[in-house]
Amino acid sequence: MLIRRPDDTRSSEITPERDYLDRRRFLGLAAGAVALGAPASLAACSSAEAAQDDKPNSWEEITTYNNFYEFGTDKSDPAENAPRTLKPRPWTVQIDGLCARPGRYAYDDLVKPYRVEHRTYRFRCVEAWSMVIPWDGIPLRQVIARAQPQPSARYVEFTTLMDPVQMPGERRQILDWPYTEGLRMDEAMHPLALLATGIYGRPLPAQNGAPLRLVVPWKYGFKSIKSIVRIRFTAQQPATAWNKAAPDEYGFYANVNPQVDHPRWSQARERRIGDGWFRRRDTLPFNGYAEQVASLYRGMDLRRFF
Amino acid sequence: MTEWRTAESTLQKLLKPAVWIGGLLPLALLLFAGATGGLEADPVKDITHRTGKAVLVLLLCTLAVTPVRRLTGWNGIISARRPLGLFAYFYACLHFLIYLGDQGFAPGYIVEDVAKHPYVTAGFTALVLLTPLAVTSTKGWIRRLGKRWTRLHRLVYAAAALGVIHFLWGVKKDVREPLVYAAVLALLLALRVPGWIAARKKKTARRAPVPVRSDAQTV
Repeated sequence: MLIRRPDDTRSSEITPERDYLDRRRFLGLAAGAVALGAPASLAACSSAEAAQDDKPNSWEEITTYNNFYEFGTDKSDPAENAPRTLKPRPWTVQIDGLCARPGRYAYDDLVKPYRVEHRTYRFRCVEAWSMVIPWDGIPLRQVIARAQPQPSARYVEFTTLMDPVQMPGERRQILDWPYTEGLRMDEAMHPLALLATGIYGRPLPAQNGAPLRLVVPWKYGFKSIKSIVRIRFTAQQPATAWNKAAPDEYGFYANVNPQVDHPRWSQARERRIGDGWFRRRDTLPFNGYAEQVASLYRGMDLRRFF
Repeated sequence: MTEWRTAESTLQKLLKPAVWIGGLLPLALLLFAGATGGLEADPVKDITHRTGKAVLVLLLCTLAVTPVRRLTGWNGIISARRPLGLFAYFYACLHFLIYLGDQGFAPGYIVEDVAKHPYVTAGFTALVLLTPLAVTSTKGWIRRLGKRWTRLHRLVYAAAALGVIHFLWGVKKDVREPLVYAAVLALLLALRVPGWIAARKKKTARRAPVPVRSDAQTV
């Protein structure tokens, strides 16, 4: 199919990539710089090169090349189908499980209390391709803190909308619908974990998980569950969609790790979307966020807990 | 009868251009997509998939020639077999070249990938098996090899099966498409079974006249 800009997107609405880079340089020590994990990239090259190297992908790339099996299994299916069938408003998110303040929130009530932050993160798919995406969103930990989880709550489970009318891919049993994902509480409380509401300053497109999705930049993309309708606190490790589908291939932790191959392909290198042909980059431990997150896994055998 | 003859000769005239158009179509679509920005955001992967599917489709077409000939009695269709097979091999080489480039033409990575990952091993083996078939597809080689040529070219069954397995093992989760290829291949092989059985019977009948006679005496 031809790659095209959605009809309703005027190029003037999109922040030019150059401005995004300048903004990051401008903010210096602010969240943006922390987010991109500059220290890890510095090992390979000078800081200017590193910034250039992690140039955000274009709106077209980010919104036409998606894995969102609820709308079909081809990369182009979500962009073709999701905007037609998914209704991101009204949207309700249920927060429940082991917490003092459970509740059902309309999307606006959930998001409004917080300041939306811009976070440009690397995004590494388990299929060995990657992008750089300028997300907008709210830190997950703020939403969790408001729900006041009990001390017994050790995990957070996330659930995608289950509605075969809005998500036609759910009519076929490719995965055990609805899609679910989970994080350990300390992972969920990490400042890098984001509930994304937008990209490039625009609301999240349907194919990217509108209206609300998780972004966990140090884990493979399938952990970053889309179109969330439920957040639940549990004592037990929740079952997760891809882990149920192929437990030997997709672990609960799914931290980006060049040392641990997928049983069927190597994870040592990746193809950055938008790079020239035939260029592969070395995949970085924790997707380049080791400095920020490696301490979460101290003492764990990452080959076993892959 | 004469009507059928005219129809057959028309078909025969159309066969060659049809094979060439069909064989070049995947390449034309690929070049068109490349020139008009129609490739996916990950162009290397897109080209890999497009060329890979072209190989399988053309291999299955090659394998369909003999059953179609048997079922319809249209003997002239056999002339489509060699060009179809060579087109399949052409796309297999493109597919492999793109893969080599994707690995940065780095021998270390390539050897490890082929040795370690079964779906890569299957695809690579299929390409290796197809290579002598492409080389010996000329009239000269057919004459030189005689009966051995037929035996050698049975490798195409293994190559096609490995190609389908390569696709099946390579997909992440949704196996519907590779299973369609597997089903078509199974059908094309199943259609050959009666022919094989008949050929075997003929062979044993030819080889075993003496024991049959001795049996008759003992009875």
